[in-house]
Amino acid sequence: MSGKRAVIAGIGHTEFSQNSGRSTMQLAAEASLASIRDAGFSPNEVDGTVTFSMDTNDELALIRSLGVPMLRFCARTRGGGGGASATVQLAAAAVESGQADAVLVYRAFNERSGHRFGQPVQANPDPAWNWASPFSLNTPAKVYSLTFQRYMYEFGLTNEDFGRYTVVARDWASTNPNAQFFERPITLQDHQDSRWIVEPILRKLDCCLESDGGVALLITTAERAADHGSDAVPILGSSAIQLEGGHEMFAYYHDDLCEYPEGRILGEQLYRQAGITAADIDVAMIYENFSPIVFLQLEAFGFCGRGEASDFIKDGHIGRGGSLPTNTNGGLLGEGYIHGMNNIVEGVRQLRGTSSNQISGAEHVLVSAGRSGIILGR
Amino acid sequence: MTTVRPPISDFDDAFFWEGINSHQLLIQQCGDCSVLRHPPTPICASCGSMNNQATESAGKGSILTWIISQHPTEPDEEPRIVILVQLDEGTRIVSNLVDVAPTHDQVLNDKRVEVCFVDYDGTVLPQFRLAEVQS
Repeated sequence: MSGKRAVIAGIGHTEFSQNSGRSTMQLAAEASLASIRDAGFSPNEVDGTVTFSMDTNDELALIRSLGVPMLRFCARTRGGGGGASATVQLAAAAVESGQADAVLVYRAFNERSGHRFGQPVQANPDPAWNWASPFSLNTPAKVYSLTFQRYMYEFGLTNEDFGRYTVVARDWASTNPNAQFFERPITLQDHQDSRWIVEPILRKLDCCLESDGGVALLITTAERAADHGSDAVPILGSSAIQLEGGHEMFAYYHDDLCEYPEGRILGEQLYRQAGITAADIDVAMIYENFSPIVFLQLEAFGFCGRGEASDFIKDGHIGRGGSLPTNTNGGLLGEGYIHGMNNIVEGVRQLRGTSSNQISGAEHVLVSAGRSGIILGR
Repeated sequence: MTTVRPPISDFDDAFFWEGINSHQLLIQQCGDCSVLRHPPTPICASCGSMNNQATESAGKGSILTWIISQHPTEPDEEPRIVILVQLDEGTRIVSNLVDVAPTHDQVLNDKRVEVCFVDYDGTVLPQFRLAEVQS
């Protein structure tokens, strides 16, 4: 591997909770400092940042807490959680092009004790909502369910099929001390006993766990990481796909409502960059605001065929001992919803050999946020 | 009574809501290359023209997908059936299905629908009814 290649050299995060009891800036600063130290760097070596366009923690306010004297690269991703893996793409592009030497990626919020994404929108966040909110499509659960319903209809699925994903995720979470659902596995019956959010599509246990917390990564080049003695994980591929007619929330205008076209194209890009195929992925980390989105992504990334995700999950592929252990931290509905960034941390841990649910011999990890993704490898 | 959040009309979609107020379902159409587009855009992506016109839809189409919108714990508003309609002209629009009970024990996918216009306390919305002839 070339020494100029981008790597994730450090990871950091706060606890994931329902009420952090402190400012989002403090969460961002704690996670950032942890990631810088984890990489073996000093704050004064950081010269770039990447965060979400939705993040409320200003870069300059943050570096006043960290002792970072100067930034020469600041970037933000588009959209919401779909941009989680794009943070790594932007940081990698910066260090590989020489625009920055060490880029701090951060995301922090009080998304449970403060502003909750799952509640009805109070004002249209962008003009596209004009084609939804007057008709009562005013929450993420409803907005996404309108596509999930066609998928269920087309392939004859019921909410029980989605519940089988949740059971697996909660099983992984039950042995992950960082997970909010640590030591709290569920049965399919528990899932079926949880209340409807959008009947007959989503129950409460199909929804991600609105959370407070912060996550950060330190991204630099392989040679700089080696100079600092970091336990660095190479970024073998990174991409983010946006399609004409697409939208972060309203995936209503592409030809086939039963596929995730951004994910399919993203997978092709990532496999080509990494020089591998879907069969070479040892662990998959898949963004899930709601459980059915995992089904669409398993199919989009070629782990199974169109409409086959429910059987793929039923047959045990994504759980313990399966062919494709998926969301081994418990995912966003088991560990916590830090806008997808905690899935990147778990991907790094799997390749360092330090996961609570370590998959032995893991060499390639896909971290997908649906429309953005990375492949990490050894 | 169904409470409705009024649309926030913008430069690019003002013609649409003006049409709705006069009970016309308009689809934006390029005045040069005739391509139809919805939601509206300020420039035609097919030919680059800003000669934005509109054509009246016949208001017929079929339901691609649907949900029942209802608050999970607080029954503070009437449940509404939300539908994604494939119009016969080729564009799609999110709307509601009216005059049908909001129950789950029915299959609405691919049902034929026709537009109607409903005034919700001063806000007129395009809504759809099941077509009498299901073709």
